[in-house]
Amino acid sequence: MHRFAKPSVFLRLASAVMPWAVGITVLTLAVGLYLALVASPADYQQGDTVRIMYIHVPAAWMGLFCYVGMAICGAMSLIWKHPLADIAARATAPIGATFTALCLITGSLWGEPMWGTWWVWDARLTSMLILLFLYLGYMALVNAFDDPERGSKAGSALALVGVINVPIVKFSVDWWNTLHQPASVARMGGPSIDPSMLWPLFLIAIGFTGYYVIVLILRIRLELNERRIRALQLSGIGEDAPGSVQPVYNPEQAGAGE
Amino acid sequence: MSLSRAKSRKRQRLYLIGAALLAAGGAAALGLTAFRDSVVFFFSPTELAEQSPMDPDRRLRIGGLVEEGSLQKLENGSTVTFTVTDMQHDVQVSYTGILPDLFREGQGVVAEGHMNPKGQFVAQEVLAKHDENYMPREVADALKKSGHWEEIEKQNAKNMRN
Amino acid sequence: MTDFFEMGGYAGYVWSSYGLTTIALLVLLMVSLRGLKKSRRDLAHLETLLKSRRPRRKKAPVRQP
Repeated sequence: MHRFAKPSVFLRLASAVMPWAVGITVLTLAVGLYLALVASPADYQQGDTVRIMYIHVPAAWMGLFCYVGMAICGAMSLIWKHPLADIAARATAPIGATFTALCLITGSLWGEPMWGTWWVWDARLTSMLILLFLYLGYMALVNAFDDPERGSKAGSALALVGVINVPIVKFSVDWWNTLHQPASVARMGGPSIDPSMLWPLFLIAIGFTGYYVIVLILRIRLELNERRIRALQLSGIGEDAPGSVQPVYNPEQAGAGE
Repeated sequence: MSLSRAKSRKRQRLYLIGAALLAAGGAAALGLTAFRDSVVFFFSPTELAEQSPMDPDRRLRIGGLVEEGSLQKLENGSTVTFTVTDMQHDVQVSYTGILPDLFREGQGVVAEGHMNPKGQFVAQEVLAKHDENYMPREVADALKKSGHWEEIEKQNAKNMRN
Repeated sequence: MTDFFEMGGYAGYVWSSYGLTTIALLVLLMVSLRGLKKSRRDLAHLETLLKSRRPRRKKAPVRQP
């Protein structure tokens, strides 16, 4: 556990994972989009608007999945003070926020023609909007302090408290009556979606997960570099910078090549 | 010595965070239970019948299935009436305006408006509520033919009662 | 082919969903890549300064804040 938390080990692992992540993402998204837009049938009730589901639902899953990941990393950074856990939490937040926002936007674009409204304040839609605000709050909070460690403490606390919202999002459609329909995939008795429509859904979900891995690695590398820059600047390097100096090979990045 | 101290402090933090999460979760559960009625998005016809007579000034939402064969267009052309049912109680709804694309007899609907003194629900807005089943037309037809369709309809009526 | 673009009359909703998703995911990817490249440039610059100033010292501590 602690071994993987070392940045050098992480960077080597990330370089090994990256080509696979790119390959899987491109492949699953290409096949998934073909199935979603061309090869899958229209719904017997909703016609072609059902195709919005193939991004709406995976985006919702990613929004929840990223949040749980962010909260776990936040807890690890609070308990064990792993710098990498904090960095991973910070790197996850914008990805999760993007997926959550996409879930809300595509849901709106689906709700207008089918339900007859862009938005209602029912339990599912409201709890999903709260999820987006939790992401935005976390990102604002971790950057609000001059001392990054204090920022990550406050952010981790918010991420952990907000994790209560995750089961609320998931079960809102069972606990309360809502305009949003009940769960279609993760439900008792198996999915209530025809197999021909499940394939594009799962492929795009895998593609989104691959995309998450790619951007997560990029953002962790970015954050590691920025911490090193901050450490160097604090030690007085760069204050008397004589302008432009030719960049040299940097051993710190040896494991971080693309 | 100092290593084990650091370890016990980590364990302490772990317990502290666990306890804080439990407390926050408990508070959220209590709060949501207390406000259960305001979280509810719509009333079923049964719930409405329990509360009648309704204050005609109170704006509320009702939800249920549009009863088969109940949709009627009035002479003026833009006003419709239909019956919303949860298979136990019915409510008559009248509505002037454009219905959503998914508005069908036998399908879910949520209407916002108020009860008039005659016991009819006057809707200002009508939204369609669809179920969690997605399938191509051929599969739906096959289900109808094999007689499995009623299970789905029963489930939908149950979902509406909640 | 026109069926494909018309989406049963819901083209506006379906295509804007897919379009917005593509744009959002590409923008996030680009922003992350650009930030990474910039951080690499800045870091390389600082490392050069570090080397020219304290040639015998080993690398400064990386992550302990």
